Amino acid sequence: MTELSLHVLDIAENSTKAKASLVTVSVSIDTKADRLAITIIDDGCGMTEEQVAHVTDPFFTTRTTRKVGLGVPFFKMAAEATGGQFSITSAVGIGTTVCAEFGFSHIDRMPLGDMNATIRQLILMHQDCDFLYTYEYDGRSFALDTREVRELLGDVPLDTPEVSEYLKQYLSENESEANQGQNNI
Amino acid sequence: MKSLAELKAIRDKMQGQIGLRAEAEANTRVIVGMATCGIASGARPVLTALSDAVLSKNLTDVSVTQTGCIGLCQYEPIVEVLQPGKEKVTYVKMTPEKAMEVVEQHLIRGQVVTEYTIQNVMK
Repeated sequence: MTELSLHVLDIAENSTKAKASLVTVSVSIDTKADRLAITIIDDGCGMTEEQVAHVTDPFFTTRTTRKVGLGVPFFKMAAEATGGQFSITSAVGIGTTVCAEFGFSHIDRMPLGDMNATIRQLILMHQDCDFLYTYEYDGRSFALDTREVRELLGDVPLDTPEVSEYLKQYLSENESEANQGQNNI
Repeated sequence: MKSLAELKAIRDKMQGQIGLRAEAEANTRVIVGMATCGIASGARPVLTALSDAVLSKNLTDVSVTQTGCIGLCQYEPIVEVLQPGKEKVTYVKMTPEKAMEVVEQHLIRGQVVTEYTIQNVMK
């Protein structure tokens, strides 16, 4: 992977496959503490204790096309390479929580990349699922909650070109406002 | 700070127009592999380019969806085009630029871009 936002997409895809109805994604940057934290929380089917214990093992996967599952191990490795931490907790019937913390200024930290592309794709490709995205940079934050969007839109679908374009602008304008001129995070 | 309130105006404008898109049957299905292997190889910008183009060019009979790993990780990003009565076309090692060619040539004009198909790349 070349961007942290691609890891977020990969992990959130696990949530949608676990039949989540709400996936909460948050990115929080605190430059004073030199930390970048990413959490992905879902209310999907969850995993058994045994599955959780094995999920960071690259040779464990639930899919049948091949014998490796690299999504979670890659994300863990990316966090730990920056002096950060990684945790995954899960309960059957309740859901799964993935937290990764990165050393913000660490030379091995991947760029965050295009988070907005990740969020837009998740929303457009999984219209039967809701997403709550929050982004915070040194205390300045914004959120996008598809439950709120759906309520405002009524029967107008999320993949209407006008809506899709509006959400794109909403994400990019609010992100650059939160970043206050800091680019290429 | 941009607020969501403007969505209300979009809703008012769109009401009455919806149903048009919903009623049109999606005949062509475009499927992008979006497992770890696909994402790591650059499938996200390919899917974004395809779904944005299908929306902006108003190709109402085309649906763009995603799938998991189909077991050909070394050829990712993979885009499959399925049309009724025709053989499935598998495009491999795609980029947003190649995807736009597929939109113009294959989805709009009906000409398969043989250069990017798996049969051609595997030779």
